[in-house]
Amino acid sequence: MNNFEYVRATAIPDALKAVARQTGSRFLAGGTTMVDLMKCGVELPSALIDITRLPGLDTIEAGPTSVRIGALSRMSDVADHPTIRKEFPVLSESLWRGASAQLRNMATIGGNLMQRTRCSYFREPGVYGACNKRDPGSGCAALEGINRGHAVLGTSPSCIATNPGDFAVALVAFDATVHVENGKAQRRIPIDDFFLLPGDTPDLEHPLSSDELIVAVEVPTSSALRRSHYLKVRDRESYEFAAASAAVGLELEADGRTIRDVRIALGGIATRPWRARTAEEALVGRTFDEPTVRGASRLAIEGAVDHGENRFKIDLAPRVVARALLTVGGIT
Amino acid sequence: MVKSPITGGGVRLRINGSEHLLQIEPRVTLLDALREYVHLNGTKKGCDQGQCGACTVHVDGRRVLACLTLASQVEGLAITTIEGLAVNGSLHPVQEAFIRHDAFQCGYCTSGQIMSAVGCIDEGRTESDTTVREYMSGNLCRCGAYPHIVAAVRDAAQAMDSGEGRSR
Ligand SMILES: Cc1cc2nc3c(=O)[nH]c(=O)nc-3n(C[C@H](O)[C@H](O)[C@H](O)COP(=O)(O)OP(=O)(O)OC[C@H]3O[C@@H](n4cnc5c(N)ncnc54)[C@H](O)[C@@H]3O)c2cc1C
Ligand code: SF4
Ligand code: FES
Ligand code: FES
Repeated sequence: MNNFEYVRATAIPDALKAVARQTGSRFLAGGTTMVDLMKCGVELPSALIDITRLPGLDTIEAGPTSVRIGALSRMSDVADHPTIRKEFPVLSESLWRGASAQLRNMATIGGNLMQRTRCSYFREPGVYGACNKRDPGSGCAALEGINRGHAVLGTSPSCIATNPGDFAVALVAFDATVHVENGKAQRRIPIDDFFLLPGDTPDLEHPLSSDELIVAVEVPTSSALRRSHYLKVRDRESYEFAAASAAVGLELEADGRTIRDVRIALGGIATRPWRARTAEEALVGRTFDEPTVRGASRLAIEGAVDHGENRFKIDLAPRVVARALLTVGGIT
Repeated sequence: MVKSPITGGGVRLRINGSEHLLQIEPRVTLLDALREYVHLNGTKKGCDQGQCGACTVHVDGRRVLACLTLASQVEGLAITTIEGLAVNGSLHPVQEAFIRHDAFQCGYCTSGQIMSAVGCIDEGRTESDTTVREYMSGNLCRCGAYPHIVAAVRDAAQAMDSGEGRSR
């Protein structure tokens, strides 16, 4: 690990000032991405601004119109929050099905949104030179390498790395907003704009500037959010990233069979958490039954391109979407 | 605001109830601080990357991974390691249950398993084998002692519930 200056901030303005003071300064929250990648030699900060003791950023407010989660809330606290567990299942499930109990006690919601890809070429600079995300212009070792875990949607010739997050998939399905601030201004970023496609610049993953702090995420409540589910399929039952996952929600008309609102987002298969709007549009107004759901689920991977080993994701993902929808719809 | 320069400085750690003032660089993890500076070797280094659970300790009563925690970050907080579980020479009920159920082979993962199990029981995640497996999934055992570990966790939970044991 490189050496660095350590600063423990105790007030938000101090943290913002400290991070802006020198280039290469970074925020440190739970450290489960940052410290890991520093050990890999991927992150080389000149200073770490420890934000874990900033007051007031770990509150969870589950109100009638929205759920507001402070950026320093731990994954475990959000997953176990009684109202969230009971009323907004997808938010709890997408958190407790991620990482492990110990990691969830450390990891924060802000850090969770900022987690980096698990691409092994990205994570091992000492062994693999070519990685455009780490070192722009150096190439991409995964294109011709081991790419079973890599993305089939949202890829570019520069990078095919999967966004590994689970919670973000739920946020994308339910139109969350990310609240950020720097020393001068505050702004709200719609979650759809928060994750950038790799394009020619896979090193740029978010629209945040280096001095901006995430203070909260806010999820509007809806009937679909109340009838929601996160299904995560992976190589082992627990403590593993998704091979394919789906965050879904459903609202039926008063007749109990016509679809009024449906939400579908996928994880583990794309370069960013992937909202499947075409599949949603194909379902609204239709009768909820198995053939209709299976047909629409195939639209969720429209445009998918495989790179050999990850071909199975193109078959798997629509099945995961269908099973998740049938589960919330009560057809199992 | 607390600042520690690249060259390091004094970091005060509260481990198993005693204070330790360590002269360490900011890049020293809690795991290395425990093993290399405080010479508490019960906490193990398996992967050093958050992937195995061998380094599990408690910070302010919650189970966390010492290998991904910087020592500076937990200054002043209550750190409990496997060495801090027994009281006056009498083992913690979870330690006893691991012995009773022969819940280890080589023993390398065991202190992490036990620290994690204490957390799992505290969190109330012991109602079924499936729940224990899910909430203990962050602790890998290369020897595959899982069936005995699950049995030990459930047995310890029961013993602690019925008041035979004591809570942490
Ligand atoms: C073994 C392992 C397994 C995992 N499995 C899963 C999984 O199955 N599913 C899943 O979703 N995740 C998984 N993760 C990833 C984990 O969820 C993230 O590492 C974690 O959420 C990051 O949060 P943190 O607080 O630890 O962030 P840190 O590591 O502290 O920070 C991460 C990044 O975010 C920045 N940052 C942190 N907070 C803020 C803020 N408030 N504002 C602006 N920038 C900020 C930091 O500067 C840094 O760049 C796993 C991680 C490990 C190590
Ligand atoms: S897929 Fe992206 S992260 Fe992985 S090696 Fe290629 S450029 Fe790097
Ligand atoms: S040594 Fe910390 S998780 Fe493996
Ligand atoms: S007893 Fe050997 S690793 Fe678990």
